[in-house]
Amino acid sequence: MSKVKVATVWLDGCSGCHMSLLDIDERLIALAEKIDLLYGPLVDAKVFPEWVDVTLVEGAVSSEEDLAKIRKIRAHTKILISLGDCAVTGNVPSMRDVFTVDEVLNRTYVENSDLKQLAPESVVPKLLNKVRPVHEFVNVDIFVPGCPPSADNIFYVLSELLEGRMPDLAMTARFGA
Amino acid sequence: MSPASVEIKTLKIDGRDVGAREDQTILEVALENGIYIPTLCHLEGLTEIGACRICLVEVKGTPKLLPACVTRVQEGMEVMVNSERLQNYRKVIVELLFSERNHICSVCVSNGHCDLQSMAQKLGITHISVPYRHPHMPVDASHERYINDHNRCILCTRCVRVCHEIEGAHTWDVTGRGSQAKVITDLNTAWGESDTCTSCGKCVQVCPTGALSEKGKSVSEMSKRRQFLPYLTLMREGRP
Repeated sequence: MSKVKVATVWLDGCSGCHMSLLDIDERLIALAEKIDLLYGPLVDAKVFPEWVDVTLVEGAVSSEEDLAKIRKIRAHTKILISLGDCAVTGNVPSMRDVFTVDEVLNRTYVENSDLKQLAPESVVPKLLNKVRPVHEFVNVDIFVPGCPPSADNIFYVLSELLEGRMPDLAMTARFGA
Repeated sequence: MSPASVEIKTLKIDGRDVGAREDQTILEVALENGIYIPTLCHLEGLTEIGACRICLVEVKGTPKLLPACVTRVQEGMEVMVNSERLQNYRKVIVELLFSERNHICSVCVSNGHCDLQSMAQKLGITHISVPYRHPHMPVDASHERYINDHNRCILCTRCVRVCHEIEGAHTWDVTGRGSQAKVITDLNTAWGESDTCTSCGKCVQVCPTGALSEKGKSVSEMSKRRQFLPYLTLMREGRP
């Protein structure tokens, strides 16, 4: 049987969800026998593959680059998983939403900076007005709340999918866990 | 009302025959009979106000959903407390509470000890399907011992009721309407400048979320102590 193609993506988050994924520990070996990890911060691939079966998305959609990425990923993914509170709720990155982007950039690059330089206008992706959860832009198939979600929950989700079942996390996962 | 004059009503809750005093609410009778109805603004020892609408139930013969906490029992009533329709409404209510203010559970003092957070889990909510509003809400840290973070408030008014009914200070009130509503101290002055606040902390302990917390508590450290409330109510009722 061919291996299940998996990708992971890191949008506006802290990488804690990826850390939690690694916390699956030795069970990763069992998983690795069944999956091919094709793309993400844990592998050295520059371009998102033509087709993957499962993509785990960490982080909220916060910049134009995030938005372009998530749209492309959705178009090339069978099962899209919102992994963790940033992807599911906006979480900490969305705390900037009570301010305007100009206020946020000014606070970062001028008020709190010794150099008093202006916010970059090139290279760094332009911020969206609001930080939004992934499902406000594209259809999400599975939500895994938690900050970060526990390794057990991530393992459970992947194991169920590998067995051909849709995981049900309603009773085991919660916001902020 | 003396016990002799209380009539007994018989009704059905989720198909079960139950008996109740005529002055009891559907919620009270359900609890007595081990039938679970989810609640948020309800707290044993405080008056019921039917604010949160989580305890809505279906009563045969009426198209309206009725809040179990403020609906008195009636003879022959047939009550459904857990239909699919009710579960859907409850989910929507909780989702709207999450979207209305800034509830970022992961950085909240009450993370892991929050009635709203655990209600979302109980109802099987894994994400919020309506857009978040992200309003600009203030934090009042002027009190020597406590903090009021309006971002976390769900307007259950437990603080208002406990302060008025148990402590007798009536420091808290509500100003504004709808999503602009806000709990305030005295006449919308800073909590730290309140003349009526006795600093007893009852409001903090009954608050279901991280809206009211003790100073010095970090993320997840604010677990509330509510054991005192039924005891105080009992003592008060026992007075001549």
